[in-house]
Amino acid sequence: MPAVQETIDRVRSIDLDQYKYGFETTIEMEKSEKGISEDVVRFISAKKNEPAWLLEWRLDAYRRWLTMKEPEWARVAYDKVDYNDIYYYAAPKRPAAMSLDEIDPEILKTYEKLGIPLREVEVLEGIAPERRVAVDAVFDSVSVATTFKKELSKAGVIFMPISEAVQEYPELVQKYLGSVVPATDNFFATLNSAVFSDGSFVYIPPGVRCPMELSTYFRINERDTGQFERTLIIADKGSYVSYLEGCTAPKRDDNQLHAAVVELVALDDAEIKYSTVQNWYPGDNDGKGGIYNFVTKRGDCRGARSKISWTQVETGSAITWKYPSCILRGDDSRGEFYSIAVSNGMQQVDSGTKMIHLGKNTTSRIISKGISAGRSQNTYRGLVSAHRKASNARNFTNCDSLLIGDQCGAHTVPYIESKNASAVFEHEATTSKISEEQKFYCQQRGLSEEEATALIVNGFVRDVLQQLPMEFAVEAQKLISISLEGSVG
Amino acid sequence: MADVTNLRSPAEAGLSKLFETARQSFASDATIAREEAFRFFEATGLPSRRVEAFKYTDLRAAITEAAPPAEAPSLEAAKAAVAQATGFGGIEAARLTFVNGHLVRELSDLDSLPDGVRVVPLNEALTQGDAALKQLAPVPQARENPVYQLNTAFLADGAVIAVAPGAKPDRPVHLRFVGSGAAPFSTATRVLVQIGEEADFALLESHEGPDGLTCQPNDALDVVVGPRAAFRHTRLNKEGDATIALSTLSLKVEAEGQVETVNLVTGAVLSRHQIYVHVAGDDTNVVVNGAAMLRNGQLADSTLLADHAAVGGVGREQFKWIIDGDATGVFQGKIIVRQVAQKTDGKMKSDCLLLTDEGQMMNKPELEIFADDVACGHGATCGAPDPDLLFYLMARGLPRPVAESLLVQAFVGEAVESVTHEGARAALIGEIEAWLRARG
Repeated sequence: MPAVQETIDRVRSIDLDQYKYGFETTIEMEKSEKGISEDVVRFISAKKNEPAWLLEWRLDAYRRWLTMKEPEWARVAYDKVDYNDIYYYAAPKRPAAMSLDEIDPEILKTYEKLGIPLREVEVLEGIAPERRVAVDAVFDSVSVATTFKKELSKAGVIFMPISEAVQEYPELVQKYLGSVVPATDNFFATLNSAVFSDGSFVYIPPGVRCPMELSTYFRINERDTGQFERTLIIADKGSYVSYLEGCTAPKRDDNQLHAAVVELVALDDAEIKYSTVQNWYPGDNDGKGGIYNFVTKRGDCRGARSKISWTQVETGSAITWKYPSCILRGDDSRGEFYSIAVSNGMQQVDSGTKMIHLGKNTTSRIISKGISAGRSQNTYRGLVSAHRKASNARNFTNCDSLLIGDQCGAHTVPYIESKNASAVFEHEATTSKISEEQKFYCQQRGLSEEEATALIVNGFVRDVLQQLPMEFAVEAQKLISISLEGSVG
Repeated sequence: MADVTNLRSPAEAGLSKLFETARQSFASDATIAREEAFRFFEATGLPSRRVEAFKYTDLRAAITEAAPPAEAPSLEAAKAAVAQATGFGGIEAARLTFVNGHLVRELSDLDSLPDGVRVVPLNEALTQGDAALKQLAPVPQARENPVYQLNTAFLADGAVIAVAPGAKPDRPVHLRFVGSGAAPFSTATRVLVQIGEEADFALLESHEGPDGLTCQPNDALDVVVGPRAAFRHTRLNKEGDATIALSTLSLKVEAEGQVETVNLVTGAVLSRHQIYVHVAGDDTNVVVNGAAMLRNGQLADSTLLADHAAVGGVGREQFKWIIDGDATGVFQGKIIVRQVAQKTDGKMKSDCLLLTDEGQMMNKPELEIFADDVACGHGATCGAPDPDLLFYLMARGLPRPVAESLLVQAFVGEAVESVTHEGARAALIGEIEAWLRARG
């Protein structure tokens, strides 16, 4: 099994407690004043030169947020964020780049170090991965580069930072922004609506199959900042898009907030495949530092026969609070959620999904694999509901947890609500440890204990890895082994 | 500052008033911490859907008025009420009869109990300071439940059943709860069962009452299963269609203890049966099964917490739901496996057949695992009867209703077939058949 051997070698080559992406880029930044107020909201809106309706939308959200309470139902414990002690906007000082050559070389270096190909030429010359992927690189509060824009626009695909889309396609943004995750949705989404900075905007016109995979790479760099990106993807009738998202942050002793909102809209016969490899800094082994990842992701299968598929590999963040969901509104629409959540050290994960069946003949599938190691707590929380009119709805849920070590916890909190007799829901969950027999079997054939564990873990998560695009699958497999490093034996 | 009392519902305010009056009549005993329990209840209030554990069973909305505690009935009235009760009727058993929450000695077999079984009415046990009372409220989590605490605060009657070590009584004890009368009333009973080492004890429990009787029984059963002892419990919820029935079973199981508890719900407009299992000793075996057959307007809630705090416990929980008309089924099950509870083997399942589009089923099966060497799982399914199976039966000449009945019976049967006591198992099957006949 070459992939497994590679994983093992990788684990060996890395020292314990080393987060590869934990470096910091020194660069001159422009920031809003510290804390949050109407003035800060106006400042962000002015920076982006936004139309009046958007400023008003932000201010409404801000006023609403002031009346809201931070949710406490998740199974995570953390020191609360002082919302007045962070910067809500931080952007590199250099004026916006028109081409890659104008981008601050420090930023380019950062992305090089992260392995993100920003130079299309490198991709074309085969230096970077063979398969072409268009990248939107978001650095703190702004998008610093978006590749392959021209080629995509030939196909009619709009792929640009959301701040640019507001200028160029205001009617599209206004029509869809907040239509899946309303500005009043929840504490973190409402905060995001007030102060969101950048993120990607994607529109795939009717009948177009996006010619390449799109991706956004989020990087938090500046100290004491929060990242509040907003992503909006619209797949018009009969279109298809595969979108990848990656994220990293420097190693710091204090916690940083990431409160993003992702909205997906799939119209008739459209399909969106959204894959995430989340690798925010998880904090050290004693739980010092790390990102608070409080994210609202939701897809709306608005059209008939539409499909939204979420695939996530969660290895980073000190605290994860994330439930990518599907509203299956269109008849015959389909939602999928594939997740691997790996927690180690003092990480706390509370993640899962919601599949809300509203239309007829809607189907959904949930495959969740949780792996807990160290002193971490890993919770799957999910809702599957069939409403009165959702006749013939189908759901299959499988959530398995694997415990490595006796200091961690694995929890499952599913809600299954059925209000239609013809809806068929099946849910199963198991929690186990790696069986001694399986390990013995592998070791007997000459594998070391570490290799045997890696092999079994890879088998455990295979269902989900298979859903990831190739580059991500390899990366994800490596990440899983790194996250579990030190937990074997 | 807003005055908190203003936010109380009329029922909560009514309960406070009732407690003020009732506390004067309570014997002053230190065993039952009524004041503390009521203070706890006052702080939480009647739980609404905003309280996670009551998300699907909103007691604040369901209980609009506080019903006063029931008076003890006259012997004639009690006899007339019991004459109507049929649950577990044909089984030879030592009966303890409670009418409107009061133990009726004349209708109980206090003087002809099986060997090794001692029964003391609760009030007597309290006055005498019965040693068994130390075992009251054996599961800590139950003491954080407002329904259980309300029972403690208003506790009016009950019994202490002590089974001697090694005893294997030749017949079961039957707790027969019957409601009767016209006025709205509430009851609060507590039965404590203490099963000595290596004893094997079977308990039947039936709750019945006429349709239209608006009452709010709140019954609690505390059970301590001693080392290597066995507890076999069969329960029937068959109250009238206007009853709001609340009940709590708290079980503490010591080393190598065996438990089998099966509950069948067919009655009450709203019922909530809470089961707390505290696995305190190693190598226990606990089976908790339940079935509910519900029709128009009914809501039945089974809430289970199995807390494994010892090594090698085996837990099997299986719940079956038949939802007809616009009824609602609620299953909330949670298995906790503490760090010490290595080698725990826990499996929980809740399956539902929705017979109409108006019915609804809410399933919430949870796992909370802190030990790594365990095998735990849960499953939940919900759907209509399998059309292929229906077709198979109909192709053999059975009319659709008969075919559906057969399928339902087989489906529910799985939950009750684990009842070891033959008579009790037959009685539950009889109830299932009666429900299906009534459905037509």
